[in-house]
Amino acid sequence: MSSVVPAYGPDAPGRLAGLADVTASDAALRRFLHGLPGVDAVGLEARAAGLGTRSIKTTAKAYAIDLAISMIDLTTLEGSDTHGKVRALCAKGRRPDPTDPGTPHVAAICVYPDMVAVAREALGDGSGISVASVATAFPAGRVALPVKLADTADAVAAGADEIDMVIDRGAFLSGRYMEVFEEIRAVKQACARPGGGSAAHLKVIFENGELSTYDNIRRCSWLAMLAGADFIKTSTGKVAVNATPANTLLMLEAVRDFRDAVGVQVGVKPAGGIRTSKDAIKYLVMVNETLGDDWLSPDWFRFGASSLLNDLLMQRQKLSTGRYSGPDYVTVD
Amino acid sequence: MANEKFAYAPAPESRAVVDLAPSYGLFIDGEFAEAADGTVFKTVSPSSEEVLAEVARAGEADVDRAVKAARKAFQSWGALPGAERGKYLFRIARILQERSRELAVLESLDNGKPIRETRDVDLPLVAAHFFYYAGWADKLSYAGYGPDPRPLGVAGQVIPWNFPLLMLAWKIAPALAAGNTVVLKPAETTPLSALFFADVCRQAGLPRGVVNILTGYGDAGAALVAHPDVDKVAFTGSTGVGRAIARSVAGTRKKVTLELGGKAANIVFDDAPIDQAVEGIVNGIFFNQGHVCCAGSRLLVQESVQEEVLDALKRRMSTLRVGDPLDKNTDIGAINSAEQLARITSLAEAGEAEGAERWAPACELPSSGYWFAPTLFTGVTQAHRIAREEIFGPVLSVLTFRTPAEAVEKANNTPYGLSAGIWTEKGSRILSMANKLRAGVVWANTFNKFDPTSPFGGYKESGYGREGGRHGLEGYLAGAADPTSEHASEKESATNEGV
Amino acid sequence: MKVSEQSRLAVFKTYKLYVGGKFPRSESGRVYEVTDSKGGHWLANAPLSSRKDARDAVVAARKAVPGWSGATAYNRGQVLYRVAEMLEGRREQFTREVADAEGLSKSKAAAVVDAAVDRWVWYAGWTDKIAQVVGGANPVAGPFFNLSTPEPTGVVAVLAPQDSSLLGLVSVLAPVIATGNAAVVVAAERAPLPALSFGEVLATSDVPAGVVNILSGRTAELSAPLASHQDVNALDLTGAPAELAAELEASAADTLKRVRRPSPAAEDWTRDPGTSRLTAWLETKTVWHPIGV
Repeated sequence: MSSVVPAYGPDAPGRLAGLADVTASDAALRRFLHGLPGVDAVGLEARAAGLGTRSIKTTAKAYAIDLAISMIDLTTLEGSDTHGKVRALCAKGRRPDPTDPGTPHVAAICVYPDMVAVAREALGDGSGISVASVATAFPAGRVALPVKLADTADAVAAGADEIDMVIDRGAFLSGRYMEVFEEIRAVKQACARPGGGSAAHLKVIFENGELSTYDNIRRCSWLAMLAGADFIKTSTGKVAVNATPANTLLMLEAVRDFRDAVGVQVGVKPAGGIRTSKDAIKYLVMVNETLGDDWLSPDWFRFGASSLLNDLLMQRQKLSTGRYSGPDYVTVD
Repeated sequence: MANEKFAYAPAPESRAVVDLAPSYGLFIDGEFAEAADGTVFKTVSPSSEEVLAEVARAGEADVDRAVKAARKAFQSWGALPGAERGKYLFRIARILQERSRELAVLESLDNGKPIRETRDVDLPLVAAHFFYYAGWADKLSYAGYGPDPRPLGVAGQVIPWNFPLLMLAWKIAPALAAGNTVVLKPAETTPLSALFFADVCRQAGLPRGVVNILTGYGDAGAALVAHPDVDKVAFTGSTGVGRAIARSVAGTRKKVTLELGGKAANIVFDDAPIDQAVEGIVNGIFFNQGHVCCAGSRLLVQESVQEEVLDALKRRMSTLRVGDPLDKNTDIGAINSAEQLARITSLAEAGEAEGAERWAPACELPSSGYWFAPTLFTGVTQAHRIAREEIFGPVLSVLTFRTPAEAVEKANNTPYGLSAGIWTEKGSRILSMANKLRAGVVWANTFNKFDPTSPFGGYKESGYGREGGRHGLEGYLAGAADPTSEHASEKESATNEGV
Repeated sequence: MKVSEQSRLAVFKTYKLYVGGKFPRSESGRVYEVTDSKGGHWLANAPLSSRKDARDAVVAARKAVPGWSGATAYNRGQVLYRVAEMLEGRREQFTREVADAEGLSKSKAAAVVDAAVDRWVWYAGWTDKIAQVVGGANPVAGPFFNLSTPEPTGVVAVLAPQDSSLLGLVSVLAPVIATGNAAVVVAAERAPLPALSFGEVLATSDVPAGVVNILSGRTAELSAPLASHQDVNALDLTGAPAELAAELEASAADTLKRVRRPSPAAEDWTRDPGTSRLTAWLETKTVWHPIGV
């Protein structure tokens, strides 16, 4: 492999075309996915737990906290979301800590499709913050394909920079891999910007908690990357098991191996359940020791989170002032 | 990989939890005392060469005094109801848990191993071992060694420097649970944690003379093993010394347990869970700087995945952090002594001289102390010294195989037989390999796992007897059907008359 | 009947070694006189085995290890039971030989033979039980399946007791092979004939060639090369006098053999044998495997 190209760059489709034989038929795809090395659950979890014991102090902690803030997809995905709520979230994303303008802004504001336009407007131009939209009938995804595509196209048309789609877990679990593959491809097509301009980046959500086994998560990672995912994402945050250190580590290994094999770099987004700075730093340590510098940026790693931001801000204040902060000293919206 | 963005700041564990005295005596009959001839030696921190303390050096007279104290204490300890002995051991287990941070830091200081390991592996296992055997003390008649198993008497125990406190626990816990008293000699490069353990015994109110600690060199160990009033000898260490001990006890009625060297094969098949196998290989050889008798020092990798596994292994080795043992992020600490470093260095040089290809990740080693970078050799054959001799350091020899039969043949082609590893996702292959490997511990899809309930010990020249689990009691009990026991129980009843 | 027996010239038996399933003479061509226990009455010449015979026996034993240790415990049990059947069928012969060897009355000798038969039955039943008795699952504190099982140590050199030419021999040999080991047995020096005849029982009992090898000769001469042999895993010193036993144990230390020392007091071969002679020749293998989906 001559060089590495980003999954969302112009050269990626050409690289993927090189693996066309793997995705030529349902049988070929199955053979390929089932030929991937197995995952020993206990060993994987032990490695993730081991990395979790790293002690990140002082300068390293300051770096990690700012990096983590810059990687957040600040999220609100509630039935009760309103324009006001989304605007407030956008304001928070732009200036997370009003008392310290040196605080980095978040990576994206993540909302339902009908809130994309609101977020787009609230962020304005030049904020450097993306608008991410869940789509494809998030979180269950249990609608017909045309509806999913319309959902996606609508969000893109409203100005979404990033689309977080959900896969059809039912199809995956019943072994209809090609169906899942084709659906991701179709959604990727729907991410094209009407009237030109760069396409929305596609994050593919597996819902690891429903895939149930680590072998499935590894297979699903490869399937999604072969289908053109720009990011692979652990979960919707709407089921019992969301991102865990172990299932995220496994996906980090998958993007690492995919880049080695295909030359295409794909991002990773754990989502759901990451609430504390301590947790976030553990994930960054995993990225650091599994993937290294190349993934240590918001272009390649994101946290899907809402309450995490305030904890990071409190830790950040503690580092700069030397005293422990409290929830009254960070903004709540 | 060169990680430049996210550089971990130093995260040192505080030394303040350990209160080191300038000098320590021998622990005999419940009291610390100088050696009879007043000799002392210094113990240094292998990561800095700083002198930590001066320690009394036991000689023959001290051995004799300690054995006498243990013999005297045996009269009442051996006669104590098992439930009471058990309660002492439970106390010790709990105090060890309470003092585990202090002991972990001490162990890292004196041994050079990373705090991450002493904190997360050594100390939890030490306490667990005492807790486990505490429960056996009043259940010995259910252990399968006869309806009325008796203790042997005085146990002379000699332990190595690689897991000073853990090896102490493996020796002392079953001995005391079974009703024996002990004289234990820690290694000369790591005497401190055993002396702190003496203080734990004091806090637990253990009767005097039940545990005696003799710091010193090989001569003290030899004198202890040879002492005529020792009924049981337990040794962990090199096969060479193990042979000498086996010779020294020949013709006596001493019961012997030997846990000696190894040259374990860690066998990776092409259908292995590769990422976990790489972790297992790394843990197998770089855990505790490779100062592990059951280390997976020979990697046998199936030729079809050799390249993939080696690439992944090298990538992983590049992330290993070598340095200050007290830094919480250190993966590989210091080599225990200048002597051991010289041995590792010379064997690694022999590997190169014999034509194997040497590789180590770029890593900066501290300027003082004893250090050796994690190293692997490829192109190794069974004929190379680095494939046959125990290096006892962070050096992995990589060999290849084509078929399961070849893997078994190569794995077993060694006088050692302590441990082995198997990596494959195929269940029937695991069981078949496990049956054929001549090793006392077989780790399948894992490596270097230890537990107080799990018997540990070798085949062939890796020694005999088992430590851990129900099996670990056998070496400290005189069973009814065992001819060596008749003598011991006679002696025991004779001593009981004196009570 | 009595008349014809007296008038007929008896056919003497040439006693031979039992090695690798065959009945060779000593490669040295040497024999020694075996007399009865009382009057020095000549019974037969026995092969005076050499160091090379001992070496050949070890080679035969090693060759037999994979098959015998790999046989199912049920199969080994049936083979051992078959030994009992064959011995039962030759009660009279062994009663005569034991009576001659040990100076026993015919009825006492018959009782010894019966006990020897019963001992094979006892050990035949042990083959598929010992693993359950001494092995088992270990409840480790983690997500691991952990099982300890006993395995044969390999080749065991056995110095048969000097005081009990058949029951003693059987009592030390049967546990060695019940557990899947192969044996090289040095028969009682002064009373080797029951042991040598016993080779014929083994040869007709489905015991695979090489699993048991029986040598006669000088215990001290034969035991030295066995104790130092690098391809012998264990040494039963039951038949060694104390001084020799100490020397042999020291020699065995070089290869870290498993050694069972002689009992300080005379052993009572009629008492319940217990399990210590089984476990003496077993290694404990502990296998770990993660538990996960």
